Amino acid sequence: MTKKKELTEVFIYPDWCKGCGICVAFCPSQVLELGPDGKARVIKGKECVNCGFCEYHCPDFAIVVKTKPLLKNYANHAQQGQKAQPQK
Amino acid sequence: MAEVTQLIHHYLRHNKKFPHVLCPGCGHGIVLGSLVRSIHQLGLTKDEVVLVAGIGCSGRIAVYTDFNTVHTTHGRALTFATGIKMANPGLKVIVIMGDGDALSIGGNHFIHAARRNIGVTALILNNNIYGMTGGQSSSTTPQDSVSMTTPFGQMEKSFDIVELAKAAGAHYVARSTVLHVKLLDRIIVTALERPGFNLVEALTPCHTQFGRKNKFKTVVDMYKWYKKNALPLDALAKLPEAQRNARVPIGIFVQEEAHSLEDRYVMLRSRLQEGAS
Ligand SMILES: Cc1ncc(C[n+]2csc(CCOP(=O)(O)OP(=O)(O)O)c2C)c(N)n1
Ligand code: SF4
Ligand code: SF4
Ligand code: SF4
Repeated sequence: MTKKKELTEVFIYPDWCKGCGICVAFCPSQVLELGPDGKARVIKGKECVNCGFCEYHCPDFAIVVKTKPLLKNYANHAQQGQKAQPQK
Repeated sequence: MAEVTQLIHHYLRHNKKFPHVLCPGCGHGIVLGSLVRSIHQLGLTKDEVVLVAGIGCSGRIAVYTDFNTVHTTHGRALTFATGIKMANPGLKVIVIMGDGDALSIGGNHFIHAARRNIGVTALILNNNIYGMTGGQSSSTTPQDSVSMTTPFGQMEKSFDIVELAKAAGAHYVARSTVLHVKLLDRIIVTALERPGFNLVEALTPCHTQFGRKNKFKTVVDMYKWYKKNALPLDALAKLPEAQRNARVPIGIFVQEEAHSLEDRYVMLRSRLQEGAS
């Protein structure tokens, strides 16, 4: 599990979200808030540290945190000046 | 992390109506996720697993998952499960019950299933209340707390499920809260790997019927309460004794080996057959 910022994208499925606020209250990086429609929404996606809390605790399976393997590859590529390897 | 949610979707019955019927923030949904992850982690196929549920909001879990499922009668889930396990010991039998289901109406079945050591995992979703029927007090409603049937506070002492299971002879007894979900995953996985009767208590908040009446403004406050008050056994042991009582211990309380009832039955049968020949 990577702890690096900006390597994830957080998705919320509003149809399944009931706006309980658990994810909002416990996200260590304040990535989320409850919107005017009473559903969770992403406000600071770049701050996500991929801790997984929201995904493990959403009682309605309404959150998905996707890692961006490609982006990570490019980051490695730029850093090391090597050809990016596909993520295993 | 995305695999977590995707995995759960793989085990849901998508022909049922979603989002599920449970209230916003109800911890039962977290238990559902934990159970699915645990079963997946053990590599069990859907057909090898039987979920036997009682009646209550907790029992709804069985409706939404694509295993073999039996939605039984209130308080009697363990009796159905006992029959299933004795008839087909190869199945992984998991019994999902609420605290009211398992310990009030079904209390008798509970202690005897533990005593007999029948090979099922009993997963009790303890929200300290009868959720589904409107918030009547259950045998785990804490003393002095308010419920629909105890508007001036519960006079009776409540059951401690872990202590009760220990006293009834269970060989595996564990507890977690839904906030400590990785621990919950871990204790369910261990329970499912073991023979005999395994008790897993999941503390899960019901704000609708319990929290609201007991000074929790939101369901999130109930999760914060778990964070503040639930403590793993090893950390608890380090606290000065005077501070321990106020905390809720979580972790594995008992883990012992013993032959399960269905194993003993096989052993008995072969002994008698040998004697007959
Ligand atoms: C024999 C019988 N008695 C009573 C009921 C009504 N009833 C349905 S669910 C329930 C209590 C549910 O509480 P609990 O088991 O704690 O589960 P929760 O809803 O809190 O998850 C009761 C009393 C019933 N269905 N059958
Ligand atoms: S935890 Fe899930 S249901 Fe609750 S607000 Fe967040 S996304 Fe919505
Ligand atoms: S994975 Fe962790 S940091 Fe990222 S949004 Fe979820 S809770 Fe916040
Ligand atoms: S009444 Fe309580 S137990 Fe039932 S779904 Fe609502 S929060 Fe959950």
